[in-house]
Amino acid sequence: MIEMEKQSVNPVKEETASSNIFEVQDLNLWYGDDQALYEINMDIPKYQVTAIIGPSGCGKSTFIKTLNRMVEMVPSVKTTGAINYGDQNIYEEKYRVEDLRMKVGMVFQKPNPFPKSVYENVAYGPKIHGIKDKKTLDQIVERSLRGAAIWDEVKDRLNENAFGLSGGQQQRVCIARALAVEPDVILMDEPTSALDPISTSKVEELIQELKKEYSIVIVTHNMQQAARISDRTGFFLNGELVEYANTNQLFQTPTDKRTEDYITGRFG
Amino acid sequence: MKGVYVMSRISATSSQTVNVRSLLDEKRSKKLKVRKLENIIPYLLLLCALVSILTTAGILFTLLRETVGFFSEVSIIEFYTGTNWSPWSGDFGVLPLISGTLLITVIATVVAVPLGLMSAIFLSEYASESVRKTIKPILEILAGIPTVVYGFFALTFVTPILQSIIPELSIFNALSGGVVVGIMIVPMVASLSEDAMNAVPNSLREGAYALGGTRLEVAIKVVVPAALSGIIAAVVLAISRAIGETMIVTIAAGATPSLTMNPTDSVQTMTAFIVQAATGDTTFGSIIYYSLYAVGITLFVLTMIMNLLSQYISRKFREEY
Amino acid sequence: METKNLKSRVLKNRVMKSLFFSATVIALLFLVMLFYRVFSQGWGYLNLNFITSFPAPYPEEAGIWPGIVGSLMLMGIVAVVAVFIGISTAIYLEEYSPQNKLSEFIRVNIQNLAGVPSIVFGLLGLTFFVYLFGIGYRLLAGGLTMALLILPIVVVSSQEALRSVPAEVKEASYGMGASKWQTIVRVILPAAVPGILTGIILSLSRGIGETAPLIIVGAATAIYTLPESLLSKYTVMPIQIYKWTARPQEEWQFVAAAGIIVLLVILLLMNAIAVWIRNKYQTRY
Repeated sequence: MIEMEKQSVNPVKEETASSNIFEVQDLNLWYGDDQALYEINMDIPKYQVTAIIGPSGCGKSTFIKTLNRMVEMVPSVKTTGAINYGDQNIYEEKYRVEDLRMKVGMVFQKPNPFPKSVYENVAYGPKIHGIKDKKTLDQIVERSLRGAAIWDEVKDRLNENAFGLSGGQQQRVCIARALAVEPDVILMDEPTSALDPISTSKVEELIQELKKEYSIVIVTHNMQQAARISDRTGFFLNGELVEYANTNQLFQTPTDKRTEDYITGRFG
Repeated sequence: MKGVYVMSRISATSSQTVNVRSLLDEKRSKKLKVRKLENIIPYLLLLCALVSILTTAGILFTLLRETVGFFSEVSIIEFYTGTNWSPWSGDFGVLPLISGTLLITVIATVVAVPLGLMSAIFLSEYASESVRKTIKPILEILAGIPTVVYGFFALTFVTPILQSIIPELSIFNALSGGVVVGIMIVPMVASLSEDAMNAVPNSLREGAYALGGTRLEVAIKVVVPAALSGIIAAVVLAISRAIGETMIVTIAAGATPSLTMNPTDSVQTMTAFIVQAATGDTTFGSIIYYSLYAVGITLFVLTMIMNLLSQYISRKFREEY
Repeated sequence: METKNLKSRVLKNRVMKSLFFSATVIALLFLVMLFYRVFSQGWGYLNLNFITSFPAPYPEEAGIWPGIVGSLMLMGIVAVVAVFIGISTAIYLEEYSPQNKLSEFIRVNIQNLAGVPSIVFGLLGLTFFVYLFGIGYRLLAGGLTMALLILPIVVVSSQEALRSVPAEVKEASYGMGASKWQTIVRVILPAAVPGILTGIILSLSRGIGETAPLIIVGAATAIYTLPESLLSKYTVMPIQIYKWTARPQEEWQFVAAAGIIVLLVILLLMNAIAVWIRNKYQTRY
């Protein structure tokens, strides 16, 4: 059945190989002895928003964390298969996670600024990767904050602790922090689940802006959100990628019964 | 604190905007060298962590080495069965020192366990949150007072008061020292027991209250039994502290090694002997010098047994919830 | 019958409640009496002269200055040694240590060291620092002994402070491509510093009141010059207090009480600073 899907859900692949930012091949993942992901095959296109949906515990968060290998923070994790980024498999022995994460930024579920000033939060990435020049950093900080549509709100508070900002502002500072190293991809793990509706819509607008320059993968438990902002959507259930298609197609004419049940609210 | 950042004024249209990508790529090779250095950091840290193991090894090494030296001159049987301790005239029977330590510890326990437990029950089961939050830190001040201060207090205040009640009490006596050691360990018993009682799930209490139990009945029949291993661990740990306590007994209990269980007598504990011998003119390598370590290892083993026992009991306790 | 039984049960509860309350009060009362006694005896002897003078054969002229200086210098050594080793150990245990027997052994060992009587550390210092290393009865030997004594407390409190930095913040750093060490130095340590500092000050205040191990490693009881180097003779406040207490004449007890006031005030100051740091700089997550 998976074979069938692979053919039916990958129309983008027919264009050119280079139009994909990630190509996930036969990915399996275990936490200790428990398998959490089964044979995932998925091509993630460049400069588009790819949404991952599914009920809690379906493996969607685990999956997004395989894309920057954050999943390895859990010591007992084992993987097989490959994730090709550019022409390289990021799970190859010699691939440096630090380099990968510089190119593949991440925004987390709960806003997690460092207990430092707004400026230091955004300058963190460039600094750890070796940029020390103050003028350069100033430019990067301003550009990143503008890019995350929060410059006007924080430009007079750059030296204040980021903890003093509202939750929505914190999350956009975190996005600016991810933008500061000019990544190729931004991974977002339920970025609005801890935010109020107004902050949520601001972040959603921002995502629409960002996809002009970045490829975005977003995990969401909110189907409306996926429908609103994404170009392609993948539906995960029990660690399997059940269906992966253009967003409109997946929501309007799902091919799998389980997808239909989920998006019509029959479970989850 | 950190200097205030003044953003250099750059307009969004500035022609000389930086290309972060290429900058980062430039830095990459330098970064890789730094990363290599970072690989040795865990080993440097491990080296520091090993200092604590070296300390333990050092303690065992010192105690054992000098004790072996001691037992080559004094027979181990004589040491552990002899009832006369007068090292300056060559009698090395450690039992009087052990009995002195034991007597002090018993008195301290008799004082500390009821006081500590009752305080713990009051704080955990009766006191309001705000009362508990005020009283607990004050109790803990007791634990932070230097023992030399307790010793001073025992000798100059507690002893005279006890003498007015028990006229035959000598100036240096086990009772006064023991009582004050007991007070010193009250916070330990109270605080750790209270933690154990607090860890008892409220559902257990609610079940008992639902059956119409009074606070007292719930505390005694439900909470204390459920927290018992935690309480025992606390008491054992406190006893270990009492055994190792030095200054209070050195100052208040005297320097008369005697095989007695009479609290009004002057006694000498193991710790007090070590202080006495170290303050006097004890030359390196003399038999008195070695005897310090034979007494020291006896003290060390006793407290270590107590500590391990306490850890064992509280580990078992943790598994219960 | 039922109601009578209930009444007696309620009465029993009341009686026992007041008993439990009294037990708590007795412990507190003891603290009050101790403070009252010390202050009422020592106040008369406490003046600038007492603080700035050297020991003297007459109670009126005796002073605690070398003890204050000695205690502070000793704490300086302890701070340098114990802080460096203690924080490194804590970082190793919290961030690097693999889950193996060695790590577990280090952990259990630190817990056990914390329970070893302080006088045993004195014996360790006597053999190693005084004799084997040949330092003699000097400041450095006392400082190293005391550093080992409070090391377990520094490690445990630093571990707690490091642990209080939430996983999300660490994830954010790793997510930016930071290495482990960069994350520790730039994110974890700065966030944990207030907690670590509080723990260190409290450990030092434990050390500043310690007497027994320093008697063993030969702190002098009375000196008439201030220590000038790591290899000087020295004394500390608790030892001066101990010596004054041990003299039979009543006047010396007043001098001891005055010394205790100085010691307690310094301890109080240290604790106040620790609480202040905790309240002011601790980040709440």
